[in-house]
Amino acid sequence: MSGPFDFYAKRPHDHGHEHDHDDHKPESEAEGPPSEFEILSRAMQELLEAKGVVTADQIRRRIELFEEDFPYRGGRVVARAWTDPAFKRRLLEDGRSACAEAGIELEAERLIAVENTPDVHNLIVCTLCSCYPRALLGMPPTWYKSRNYRSRVVFEPRAVLREFGTLLPDHVTVRVHDSNADMRYVVVPMRPKGTENWSEERLAGILTRDTLVGVTVPQVPGKE
Amino acid sequence: MSPDTAAIRSSYAPAPGHRYAVGDRVRIKGVFPPGHRRTPWYIRGKRGVIERICGAFPNPEELAYGFDGEPAKVLYRVRFAQKHVWPGYRGPDHDVIEMEIFEHWLEPDEGEAP
Repeated sequence: MSGPFDFYAKRPHDHGHEHDHDDHKPESEAEGPPSEFEILSRAMQELLEAKGVVTADQIRRRIELFEEDFPYRGGRVVARAWTDPAFKRRLLEDGRSACAEAGIELEAERLIAVENTPDVHNLIVCTLCSCYPRALLGMPPTWYKSRNYRSRVVFEPRAVLREFGTLLPDHVTVRVHDSNADMRYVVVPMRPKGTENWSEERLAGILTRDTLVGVTVPQVPGKE
Repeated sequence: MSPDTAAIRSSYAPAPGHRYAVGDRVRIKGVFPPGHRRTPWYIRGKRGVIERICGAFPNPEELAYGFDGEPAKVLYRVRFAQKHVWPGYRGPDHDVIEMEIFEHWLEPDEGEAP
């Protein structure tokens, strides 16, 4: 994806050396030998397969779900909350059971949904690692895991939001959530004007990943 | 306007015998023990308000080393004023930061509100 959201991905590395990465290098050459953890993970999978606990296809299917389905679940849930006030209330009270009601099993994840209002804008980060509601939003984007985002968004959230193109007036409270322990978070953005007659499916289309993390707000196409 | 905390309930794991209630003023212990800790350094010694009780969870400081994490510890969400956490904070006074803190990292805050 190009555009302002690549900002963090393009920042210089902070792992202590200066060099240019060759963007055109084939992935296979860039990977290098497997790390200790990759070897451990591979060995674990082979043992579990040999013992008949899981099959390779079950693992493949799981990875496929993470990439093909999970990233769209958050938008579907929030679109439902936009169109059903009683569901929204349940989502804000207990994110996991509301998701289960919507047919989305979050497994171990405890979800806290936080609502944007004309007075409050919510923003999610995990400063300690990169905790993220994976069962709802898929894998976290590169910028979310970057040290730049994790360290800056807690003490200069308004500057970081500005870099994402999100300008908030001073009367709006910026409420940063450091997702540092057992809870996972999703932002319920404000429903934009001009979407009154939209279907849930169409609404879900503007509830992008970045709006559910809180670095931006949903836009009605053509109205920007 | 400050976000409303009064209406928020939590229906996760029960937290019997929790020591603090929503709205209580607390101070995060200003200690720096070695080991796996889920309390960020930047918040140690800071003062905030209990936003909600999340429930009781296995202690990550034990889980990290292969133990079962029992007894479970009560987990709270604590709200802090950004101006208090970062004295040089550039933004309005009403901006806040919230995070999850286990009960054994909290102590009552008796002083004036920060």
